[in-house]
Amino acid sequence: MASVATSELAISVSDLSKRYGQRVAVSHANFDVPMGTVCGFVGPNGSGKTTTMRMLLGLIGPSGGSGTVLGQPISDPAKYLDRVGAMIEGPAFYPALSGAENLRVLATLGGHPQEQVQGLLDRVGLGDRGKSKYKTYSLGMKQRLGIAAALLPNPQLLILDEPTNGLDPAGIQEIRDLLRSLANEGTTVFVSSHLLAEIEMISDSLVMLREGEVIFAGRTHDLLLQQQPMILAKSGDPMDLPRLLQIAKAAGHEGSIIDGVAHILGPREWAPTLNQLAFESGIVLAQLSPVLPTLEETFFEMTGAGE
Amino acid sequence: MIRVFFAEWRKLRRPSLFIGTMAAIVGSSALVTSLLFLLLDSARGNAREGQVINRASLELPHGLSIGFSSSAGLLGLVALCIFASQTAQEYTHGTLRNLLVRQPRRLTLLLGKFMSMCLFALISVILSAIVSISLAFALSGKAKVVTTAWSTADARIGVLHTFVNVLLSVIAFGTIGMILGLLLRSPISAISIGVAWLLVVENIIAATVKHSGSWMPGQLINTVAAGGDITATYSHALLVLSAYLAVGVLVASVLFRRRDVSN
Repeated sequence: MASVATSELAISVSDLSKRYGQRVAVSHANFDVPMGTVCGFVGPNGSGKTTTMRMLLGLIGPSGGSGTVLGQPISDPAKYLDRVGAMIEGPAFYPALSGAENLRVLATLGGHPQEQVQGLLDRVGLGDRGKSKYKTYSLGMKQRLGIAAALLPNPQLLILDEPTNGLDPAGIQEIRDLLRSLANEGTTVFVSSHLLAEIEMISDSLVMLREGEVIFAGRTHDLLLQQQPMILAKSGDPMDLPRLLQIAKAAGHEGSIIDGVAHILGPREWAPTLNQLAFESGIVLAQLSPVLPTLEETFFEMTGAGE
Repeated sequence: MIRVFFAEWRKLRRPSLFIGTMAAIVGSSALVTSLLFLLLDSARGNAREGQVINRASLELPHGLSIGFSSSAGLLGLVALCIFASQTAQEYTHGTLRNLLVRQPRRLTLLLGKFMSMCLFALISVILSAIVSISLAFALSGKAKVVTTAWSTADARIGVLHTFVNVLLSVIAFGTIGMILGLLLRSPISAISIGVAWLLVVENIIAATVKHSGSWMPGQLINTVAAGGDITATYSHALLVLSAYLAVGVLVASVLFRRRDVSN
């Protein structure tokens, strides 16, 4: 990531570590999140995402390293948490209170205006269910209430852990639009999600964890450009595909067959050559598509999560 | 801290908790005072553990507040349950992380919660006093208790002393509940261990080991509520109990301040 002044960073951590006995949850993490961007935070289960977020919020103390949030050290969360909204490890509220009353408890605690509660409920699509008890909410509604609670302080930085869990596709789209609009208004969004396609769509930058270590931190676009481009080829006769792989390999391009489609590593510019080599060998291609790997494919390759 | 106080009060004032608890307070206070007067001549006793409080005692100036002070144990148990559950549920519901994001100063959060629960306890004690004293006047005629001394200045001072002592005992019970809630992080564990120790274990030890009552917290709380009794003097009970609570609060506060919030 290009170096930027500390004042332009919403989050900056240096060698941040957390150890539980012999187990290392986060190991010497280094990354920055610029102000006003959407930063995706991805990694397999147990890779240390939630632990890192908890350290940023002062909920757990780091075993080593340091960090700043909105320019203030994470050792003194009182200096920045009034400008931070967060939802960590799913929504957590009082079951016997209504959604609106739960928000009022947090608004009172944080010194935020009570009048904005209804507006926030409207914003997350719970405007007509604010008076219902939290225990009657569906998982998706609980998630929306959690996001509303995170928005209470009108935050400069929003830290969200799996905000789309339990939401239907329309709900996911709404949350994606909400996060994008917040970023457009200047809010920095640091969001973890298992839905990598969503992260790819909304994030400007990315922090990727594997087994507690940061394996990538930077612009999402740069990560995808670093990946090997690929050519997808399909023949009318599936029996031709092994021969096609041999032709590609002879030309110095590795490949494999996945779901009846040859995946051959190679740049977009090599696709016409492949087409010609196939034609000369009597193979008629029904499809030839140069593609860049998706974030999901990149994630699996980098984290080994699919193995 | 004032924001924490009012945020906690929003939770405490919810009708199912507030009205339900206050109804239980009114019911138990009414029951204790009614039994005191209606079983006045019963050979089985008319007070805690089969004790007999006779007509002559009730006709003294402090007789007006005997029913009220006898309710202190029940009020204390209610306080223990409320303080323990309101504290430990933040862990079981996972809401503590929300609270700490909005109020990262942990000791401020703890103190604000405690003060708010103390207000809840104060209201319950006031309600109990009103019910007990009103019923004492109402039942005195039926029980043939002469109430002339209840209108004196001594009686009013006696009510005031009893009120302060009952309030202290209820807050002491509540503080034990809060300490257990912080240490055990589970409402069920905190309440069951607290009630089992204070109601069962201590009574067994007190009945079997001589003079042990003057060193056990539950027994000392009862002594404070009664303004001193055969177990211990008032000042001894207040001093030892304060020392116990101070140590408990210190340990629980240090743990709360330092412990990772990872649930």
